[in-house]
Amino acid sequence: MARRNNRSIRRLSLVALAAVAGLVLAGCGGSNIKSTTTASGKSCGPFNIAVNPWVGYEADAYVVGTVAQQKLGCQVNYKNLKEEVSWQGFGSGDVDVVLENWGHPDLVKKYIKGNHTGQDAGPTGNIGVIGWYVPPWLAKAHPDILSWKNLNKYASKFKTSESGGKGQFLDGDPSFVTNDEALVKNLNLNFKVVYAGSETALIQAYRKAEKNHSWVIGYFYDPQWFLSEVPMKKVSLPKYTPGCDSNPAKIACDYPKYNLNKVVATKFAESKSPAYTLVKNFHWTNDDQNLVAKYIAADHMSPTDAAKKWISANPDKVKAWLQGT
Amino acid sequence: MSTTVTRPADTSPVQEEQPRVESHRPTHTFARLAVVVAVWVLGWLVLRGHQTLALPGAQLTSFQSWLNDVKNSFDAARETNVFFKVIGGLSDGLNWLFTHLQYLFSTPAPGRPVPEIGWVGVLALLVFTAFALAGVRSAVLVLVGTLAFGYLGYWRESIDTLLITLLAVAICVLIGVPIGIWMARRKGVSASITPLLDAMQTMPSFAYLPPLALIFGIGTASAIVLTVIYAIPPLIRITEHGIRGVSEGAVEASQSLGCTSGQQLRKVQLPMARRTIVVGINQCMMAALSMAIIAAFVSGPGLGVPVTQSLAALDIGGSAVSGGLIVVIAIMLDRTTTAASQRGEILARAGSGTRRMRRIVLVVLAVVTVVAVYVSRLRLSAAQFPAHPALQRPVSSFISSVTDAVVNAIEQVTTAFANIVSYGLINPLQSVLASSPWWLSAAAILALAYVLGGWRPTVTAAVCEAVLLGVGLWNDSMITLTTVLVATIIVVVVSVVLGVTMGRSGRTDTILRPLLDALQTIPPFVYLVPALALFGVGRFTAIVAAVAYGVPIATKLVADGIRGVSPTSVEAAESSGATVWQMITKVQLPMSRAAVVLATNQGLLYVLSMVVIGGLVGGGSLGYFVVAGFSQDQLFGKGLAAGIAITALGIMLDRIARHAAARHGRA
Repeated sequence: MARRNNRSIRRLSLVALAAVAGLVLAGCGGSNIKSTTTASGKSCGPFNIAVNPWVGYEADAYVVGTVAQQKLGCQVNYKNLKEEVSWQGFGSGDVDVVLENWGHPDLVKKYIKGNHTGQDAGPTGNIGVIGWYVPPWLAKAHPDILSWKNLNKYASKFKTSESGGKGQFLDGDPSFVTNDEALVKNLNLNFKVVYAGSETALIQAYRKAEKNHSWVIGYFYDPQWFLSEVPMKKVSLPKYTPGCDSNPAKIACDYPKYNLNKVVATKFAESKSPAYTLVKNFHWTNDDQNLVAKYIAADHMSPTDAAKKWISANPDKVKAWLQGT
Repeated sequence: MSTTVTRPADTSPVQEEQPRVESHRPTHTFARLAVVVAVWVLGWLVLRGHQTLALPGAQLTSFQSWLNDVKNSFDAARETNVFFKVIGGLSDGLNWLFTHLQYLFSTPAPGRPVPEIGWVGVLALLVFTAFALAGVRSAVLVLVGTLAFGYLGYWRESIDTLLITLLAVAICVLIGVPIGIWMARRKGVSASITPLLDAMQTMPSFAYLPPLALIFGIGTASAIVLTVIYAIPPLIRITEHGIRGVSEGAVEASQSLGCTSGQQLRKVQLPMARRTIVVGINQCMMAALSMAIIAAFVSGPGLGVPVTQSLAALDIGGSAVSGGLIVVIAIMLDRTTTAASQRGEILARAGSGTRRMRRIVLVVLAVVTVVAVYVSRLRLSAAQFPAHPALQRPVSSFISSVTDAVVNAIEQVTTAFANIVSYGLINPLQSVLASSPWWLSAAAILALAYVLGGWRPTVTAAVCEAVLLGVGLWNDSMITLTTVLVATIIVVVVSVVLGVTMGRSGRTDTILRPLLDALQTIPPFVYLVPALALFGVGRFTAIVAAVAYGVPIATKLVADGIRGVSPTSVEAAESSGATVWQMITKVQLPMSRAAVVLATNQGLLYVLSMVVIGGLVGGGSLGYFVVAGFSQDQLFGKGLAAGIAITALGIMLDRIARHAAARHGRA
């Protein structure tokens, strides 16, 4: 027993020795790790971008972030956060910029007008549209459904197990204020608002409906990568006029168009960081964003790779953003 | 009593039980339950739709607005308050610690393109640790798992998740074990802390994420605190249980030998409770790991980030790969801690030769590890995980295409099934619970609590109902209660069927157990998209998610119960010619009744913890409000109120089930 033990110990030691020798040899050959020098240029330092959880926003964030990293030598930190927590981070210095803001009057009131921890940094160039959408097959089969006046005619078709005998109106993403319960009530529609609960659930519902030609109507928005997969059709609501949405309980009009804008932390704006100039200059179109979003969502590229691809194809736009940095 | 003469009572796990003789009480109970339900349904028929206390989605009660105000004044006090300064220092410390751990193991250290220790070094360290603590099998498992981190393309995220889990567990042990000991020694402390632990385990994290991020800042510190809040209760409870479980005889003996209280703890109670405490640490680790996804919502590092990003792009394969790595980490940690807890005894029994041999192997491995670490600091190829073969994309597109094929094949059937259950079971039940006047439902629930469990759970239920009314979400609570009840019923049925099969057949057990382990640790976010594709948006999908999460634990408990039925009873039944069906229904199930009751209880709690996830797929009501409150500033109060309501529902159901079990569970 003892001898067998001794022998196997010796064998093990040999194996280990060989392993050690191999590793040491491997360590001797080839390239050694050199310490990195920080990128040249003006001092940028850390740059904290909030990344809100939708793909279009990711496109904005990673394009701006990649430019800041490559051209300005910033140390970019992407922070995955929902809107409300992002704005909360302005005051503590955790977040420097929110790159795609959809209105959010409540947050504007609290953080820009209220405690001044955040400030507007201009439009992104993207126009946000919110509204009621149906899948394309439905719009084609029943073109008159695209006006709200005809919705009651089809209400029974939209009935599901969730809608309590009425037509189901799918409301969605909890991130955004919706007026849909008020709209259904004030337009006397025979519908019930059912909360899908997440963008993922909404998209899956629309995808399923288009594939199986089933009836669905719900809340959606543009720019959105999913529209390039299934071009959902917008249902017209009574026209938006300024102030028609001032009393939440009485709303009976469409959503306004949103000039999506950038919001930055006041501390960041006053820091003279070149990244702030980049953020102020950043401006692109819905098509630009949809393209990068498509790279991410449909082509499964990593957000950084998607951003690099777009940046190398659009040097002029990027150059314009870098003016004054 | 003859058995106790030959072996002491505390070491005999199998007690000779006699098949239970049906007493008359259950029949009475059923009759009384039937009366209560009949009265409820009659009242509903007459009065439905009145006084249901339904509250529109965007409307807030004054209590909920008050919660908003509290949060806002909290927010405003951030700059000046001393409390924030102290906590700020604490979270700065946590962040500093974690950043430096990252520089060591996962992210490029300052001035270097790579971390201080490269992948070869990290791999060697992990394998060495597993071998030293738990032995060869764990070491191999850790080796394979860790290589999977890299080849599946999430090296850094996986190491971050591992680091954050271990750091959180270390904090839990530092705080939790002393509290557990304290609770074991003082009844009063135990009684006052237990409700707090209940709340920490049942309150959905989304409900308090915004204020938590406000206090601890966005990032790692919040993620760690969040993880500790959820993971520490099981450790405290199990430690308390372990210390309490140390045999009276040993404690008395130590007292009569003149041990001080401290000596008694260090020399008797802690060593004897060691194995139980390790089980507690194991449970704590699993709970900590289950927070990996939620942590990503406050910008915590780790695998939660790719899981949520894949979810936003509905990339089933991507979320399955990154979520699957969480399962890999769970299995690595679980098997290693389990083996480590059994190791001490195995080693103690082993001969001196084996021990010497082991020592030599350890020394050799240590040398290899040191060299590996050294090399990984010098050579780029030993520092950066090789980019090829990159398995991430092939694996994830394979998973996506298989899922798509399955969905396409069975979608019609599953959607139809979802409709049948929704119309046939969920809707009628919800109608009785939620469309009855609130006072009728409230009284009926109290009556049921009394019939099932006596006056004590009735008092608890009354308090919980008062909370539901107070937070202004009565109607939504009843809707959520419906889905919770339906999901629990399905969990019990499925787990009894699976558990009986597993308990009776070792082979089925071997096949099913790893599946159950995976289902229990895989983040639910991973299967939300396929579930939506199969069942559509709605309460049924929420129920499916809850069932998938609740079934594994309940099944394991039932299987253990069936296996624990004394062999003599089984043999006796066999020799008297019982059929398989008779064996199951007359012998095995009745005799493992306590296990079934425990499975129901645990299944219920697991289902309840999925209410919020259900809100993401159309479950509506409380779950949705919690998510909405997390996302929208003006709904924060409503979300927190919904979180409180979920906790109240949980405590109410738990207490009723527990007292009912104590009454009817044992013969």
